[in-house]
Amino acid sequence: MKRKKRIIPGFGISMGVTLTLLSLMVLIPLASLVVFTSKMSFSEIWNVITRPRVLASFRVSLITALIASLINAVMGVILAWVLVRYKFPGKRILDGMIELPFALPTAVAGIALTSLYSDSGWIGSIFAKFGIKIAYTRVGITIALIFIGIPFVVRAVQPVLEKIDPLYEEAAGILGASRARTFRKVILPELYPAIFTGFGLAFGRCLGEYGSVVFIAGNQPYETEITPLIIMSELQEYDYSSATAIALVMLLAAFIILFLVNLIQIRNTKILKGGN
Amino acid sequence: MKSRFLRLTALSLALVTAMVTAASCAKAEGADTKSYSIVNVSYDPTRELYAEYNEAFKKHWEAEHDSKVEINQSHGGSGKQALEVANGNPADVVTLALEYDVKAVQDAGLIDEGWVNEFQLDSSPYTSTIVFLVRKGNPKNIKDWGDLARDGVGVITPNPKTSGGARWNHLAAWAWAQREYNNDESKIIDYIKKLYGNVLVLDSGARGATNSFVENKQGDVLLAWENEAFLSLKEYPNDYEIVTPSISILAQPSVAVVDKVVDKNGTREVATEYLNYLYSEEAQRIAGKNFYRPSNEKILAEFADTFDLKINLVTINDFGGWDEAFKKHFADGGLFDQIYKQD
Amino acid sequence: MAAEKTERVMPREGSTEIHADTKGSKAVRIILITLSVLFLFIMLVMPLITVIYESFRKGFGEYLKAVTDDETVGALLLTLEATVIAVIINTVFGLFAAWAISKFRFRGKKFLVTLIDLPVTVSPIIAGLIFVLTFGRQSFLYSYLEEIDFMIVYAVPGIILATVFVTFPFISREILPVLEAQGTDEEEAAALMGARSFTIFRKITLPHIKWALIYGIVLCAARAMGEFGAVSVLSGHLRGQTVTLPLQVEILFGDNKYMPAFAVSSILMIMAVVILIVRSIVEFIGRRKGEE
Repeated sequence: MKRKKRIIPGFGISMGVTLTLLSLMVLIPLASLVVFTSKMSFSEIWNVITRPRVLASFRVSLITALIASLINAVMGVILAWVLVRYKFPGKRILDGMIELPFALPTAVAGIALTSLYSDSGWIGSIFAKFGIKIAYTRVGITIALIFIGIPFVVRAVQPVLEKIDPLYEEAAGILGASRARTFRKVILPELYPAIFTGFGLAFGRCLGEYGSVVFIAGNQPYETEITPLIIMSELQEYDYSSATAIALVMLLAAFIILFLVNLIQIRNTKILKGGN
Repeated sequence: MKSRFLRLTALSLALVTAMVTAASCAKAEGADTKSYSIVNVSYDPTRELYAEYNEAFKKHWEAEHDSKVEINQSHGGSGKQALEVANGNPADVVTLALEYDVKAVQDAGLIDEGWVNEFQLDSSPYTSTIVFLVRKGNPKNIKDWGDLARDGVGVITPNPKTSGGARWNHLAAWAWAQREYNNDESKIIDYIKKLYGNVLVLDSGARGATNSFVENKQGDVLLAWENEAFLSLKEYPNDYEIVTPSISILAQPSVAVVDKVVDKNGTREVATEYLNYLYSEEAQRIAGKNFYRPSNEKILAEFADTFDLKINLVTINDFGGWDEAFKKHFADGGLFDQIYKQD
Repeated sequence: MAAEKTERVMPREGSTEIHADTKGSKAVRIILITLSVLFLFIMLVMPLITVIYESFRKGFGEYLKAVTDDETVGALLLTLEATVIAVIINTVFGLFAAWAISKFRFRGKKFLVTLIDLPVTVSPIIAGLIFVLTFGRQSFLYSYLEEIDFMIVYAVPGIILATVFVTFPFISREILPVLEAQGTDEEEAAALMGARSFTIFRKITLPHIKWALIYGIVLCAARAMGEFGAVSVLSGHLRGQTVTLPLQVEILFGDNKYMPAFAVSSILMIMAVVILIVRSIVEFIGRRKGEE
């Protein structure tokens, strides 16, 4: 606040390069989506996105993405905790694996998960004995999305957890707080922004995920049809306006989620700095 | 030390770039004799057919001309493929699942009107139909379309919104119901609704559906292109059987030269010959071998013990042509949407 | 050096040991570790095992034949090409963007950061679609492109664009927190002493962000290799021309070539695992360096 502005040189060029590349790679392409949709009137767009089948796909996408991100939030905190606080053999391998979903092509993931969780697959056949179907149901979609979202929460929480000074916990422990209570009252509040950041990113990514889901989803309208698939099928019917209208809704959703995440992340960065 | 590391990284990156560029340049070189390269954008189940036909055509062309020809294939859902061509995928010829999809390319201004009559027999050199593929011994005793609507029968068919094959499936079922219920539309819709109620997986393309049925063992019956059904049978002779329903539909895949593209690339001659040669006896035999019904009667007769030639077939004209059929059944808000809406 | 590391870490571990006295904590510890291992095993390791198992179901000879197929090798080259270009572009962008955002204050910073991050959460389908809309036939740009005979969609440039798009924020995201945590004091001091901008960057900033940068590059490369959805919309699936490895997997699946599809998947998987191992090593070295 008190600092004089721009003592450091290079603002012009760095901002210039940033904005140029950003415009070329992201803004102009995204703008063409908006331009294309603007050919439609608002009521036309509204009609497209409130079609029952489209609404149903929003619901399927939202519910599965939400459940998957929630599971990932819980598992992400546990994983981060285990990776930061405990020492055990194979920890490094565990740590290295977390990014695998980033690196593994989604199509490969989808195919592998489907053959694993279908009635004849190694895991699917176990559940099939109890009459539970996983592949080709919403459960299957959720599993694919959990896979996709694993790295986000872990990698958001991990650095924060590393920075939290164990002294606080010690103090709390000496003052007689139980371990669970210490975690709830001392550690968790510090983690909330990071958890939310990871959750938000995972949620955003899951909403849009296509490659891994189409293989395992079953793609039944109203039941297991996700929004990206609807966009795909609108495209295949040469219905560009519908496709772009639905895409625009998803784009807005992605933007809002990210904006919230970034607001929170700024707080998060402050915590990280404070711990330094 | 640090900077050396970075320099090394930069160097290796530059090296890889150079390698890749060199590799892609090497591909472009070696064009000493005159050589053509054409792109055939086709639909899913023709993969094996065109893999074999392209070799045959190459031989044929190179025997008669003093030039080489290279054929690049692209396969995918018929509707998607048409859309990509309309958007600029540089196809010299399209060989799609149905006339409607070729028309979409025409509507984009890429194919001149009158393409239907450019080649013999409405530009469909081979035909197919829709049959049922069931598990060995037919445990659910599926004989005809009516059985598909029974309780406890799991049906696999792709989504007619995205798959050309699935549109033929849908219309074939409709044709049966029309005959069965004497054109009583509400009863027909009831039947179609029950049929889709039994569908377990609605894949986006014919190949996806086959995979769901064959590899992932979903459902009791797959509604499939005849050629797809035979192909699965060939691969797993002990696991499946084909059931021919009492009535089905004559599926006429359409081929066309993409005028805009061939004029730009100067490939009209070879592209036209490519499609023309599909009608030759050699090509017709290749089609038959790949379980497509040859349009040449003589060659078709050679495959009389493969195909059920007595099957009762309706054609798309019984539905008033593709435009009308599409509008009624598959367009947004059409019958297919309504069937799912009422759930 | 290893001893140094343990020494530094030990007191910390020791301090948590205070709680470990209580029985509950030990049980919790075992439960949590088991849970983590189990979760990762089912969600991550099992799919990998499936891929390997299916790849070798017909023996090593068949596997070798599948992975040395001409089309597969072509797809591998294209994948590498797209990956390298994406990494280069995104590195340049990431450095400049992170510098601009962390070292200067300006209006709309949050907005800018959000825009940069957008590609992470944009559906790959939409990523493909926007390029089709921008450069495809219905775009007004198309006629110009056609004139100079420069195909973007359904050609290699489109694939590269899509790859750059989906990995766009990867490097800036890694560098940014480090730069922000570092603050601007050092650079300001240097600037006041009259150092040129590039010198400041090279001497002060780069050493701080080196490991984050490498880490970002590794992640970016990993993600770029595996992109499927966006590339699939833009590729046109012309065999041997516009097919990347993930698309080749899809094509082989469609061809009913189950085993080869998994074999090609395994190439991608091995590349992913190698990249992650590199990443772990980089991180390990980076941490040790940081502690020196």
